[in-house]
Amino acid sequence: MALQSLDIVRRSATTTRSPDIREPSGGRQVAKLIDTTKCIGCKACQVACMEWNDLRDEIGTNIGQYQNPHDLSANSWTLMRFAEVESPKGDLEWLIRKDGCMHCEDPGCLKACPAPGAIVQYANGIVDFHEENCIGCGYCIAGCPFDIPRISKKDHKVYKCTLCSDRVAVGLEPACIKACPTGALVFGTKDDMKQHAAGRIEDLKSRGFEHAGLYDPAGVGGTHVMYVLHHADQPQLYSDLPADPHISPAVRLWKGVSKPLGLAIMGLTALAGFFHYIRVGPDETDASDEAAARELAKSLEKTP
Amino acid sequence: MSDLELGPERRDTVSPEHHGMIVRYTAGDRTNHWIVAMAFVLAALSGLALFHPALFGLSGLFGGGPWTRILHPFIGLVMLLAFVLLALRVGSENRMQPRDWRWLRQYRDVVNNREERLPEVGRYNAGQKLVFYAVVLCLAGLLLSGLVIWRAYFSLYFPVAVVRLAAVVHAVSALVLICTIIVHIYAAIWVKGSIEAMTRGRVTPGWAWKHHRVWFREIMTRAASSRPRSD
Repeated sequence: MALQSLDIVRRSATTTRSPDIREPSGGRQVAKLIDTTKCIGCKACQVACMEWNDLRDEIGTNIGQYQNPHDLSANSWTLMRFAEVESPKGDLEWLIRKDGCMHCEDPGCLKACPAPGAIVQYANGIVDFHEENCIGCGYCIAGCPFDIPRISKKDHKVYKCTLCSDRVAVGLEPACIKACPTGALVFGTKDDMKQHAAGRIEDLKSRGFEHAGLYDPAGVGGTHVMYVLHHADQPQLYSDLPADPHISPAVRLWKGVSKPLGLAIMGLTALAGFFHYIRVGPDETDASDEAAARELAKSLEKTP
Repeated sequence: MSDLELGPERRDTVSPEHHGMIVRYTAGDRTNHWIVAMAFVLAALSGLALFHPALFGLSGLFGGGPWTRILHPFIGLVMLLAFVLLALRVGSENRMQPRDWRWLRQYRDVVNNREERLPEVGRYNAGQKLVFYAVVLCLAGLLLSGLVIWRAYFSLYFPVAVVRLAAVVHAVSALVLICTIIVHIYAAIWVKGSIEAMTRGRVTPGWAWKHHRVWFREIMTRAASSRPRSD
């Protein structure tokens, strides 16, 4: 990974800086824009993802709805989630959301990971798992605010959408984008995607979706996968898309201040012992104690 | 438990073979203690490897990151089971008594080696008893939280909020346990004769008199009443 390592800005379980002297000019940050208002739920993106990444999930069962498979897995990195929602006006809305890794600017998975270099963030914003460094502890699953990483039963490594980092690195768009027939999926620089979304949102508003908006949650520093939603005021309508995702305070405590503080407390406890020995010295038993013991023993023998 | 031991070595008796030394720990006690100790060291090293990036190198001792992740929970279970057996041996001797609270209040005399000012002590002093209870609590916390974050078998049965909380509980319990054991090990180095007690099983009468006088008196009273009088 010699070339690629120059483009890594953040690396799991690493307390020193990553090599970051390079400053790619303009538009280094990429983003995928998912326009839920244009999605027809055809699942071409799911198929393209399987195909490009050589993934085959187990054949599941039909439970009477279109969502298939039922959940993300180590072999299904993206999934159309279908929600049937009744609007206040009494209309039925079929809200379809392509789920998968959001590629957070402040990734909870990377923060939680204890294995150096198992999770990295590239300069272009993509958050990638390097499975060869993964130890299979599943901490990233606890760290993720979006419930995305899945651990494989086969090799005990975690997997998720890579945003086709291999394709993007050579100037191609992700496989799902390539396959989308309606233009619901678009890929480009994050700035361009925001601009594109703004046009879409204006159009939606003019057509009566007054709460249409962009989902680029600030709680995780923004994401490199964004949604255009008809109901941006109620993201939870879209199969429980979190309204205010952020790294859990428990994870921040566990992976933040507790690490240096914990080591310091252990070190200080050991030092306290060392200097107690140096200053006060050992507690020894001498001949006078042995004599006192004999005396006590003798006195006990005399008074049965 | 001492009546379960083989051979002449009986706990809390004067050893006939060793110049009147007192048997503090039988071979069974010592074996049990050192199994707990070894499991603790291994669990602590493998756990610290996953706790702080600076210590990830410790995972090399266990055959790398994945092996550390695989072995750590099993080592923890060995420690827990061995400690349960140890607690059955010594637990009843660790009940806090009024003299223990007085002993604790006089911690200045304790740390400055002014033992003559302290209340007389039974088989264990208040510090040792606190170590016992701290270990019991920490191991309970480590077991419960450890099962929740044991991804290979159990994590999928718990909501993510519980897993996150368990991770914090596990780290805090481990921190308290490690600090407790540092104190425990230091106390053994500080109070000369203690390491021999847990490696050879024997202490001198003077050691027992100085550090655990109530216990010493009990043993000597028993010995005096059971011995046929020579006159």
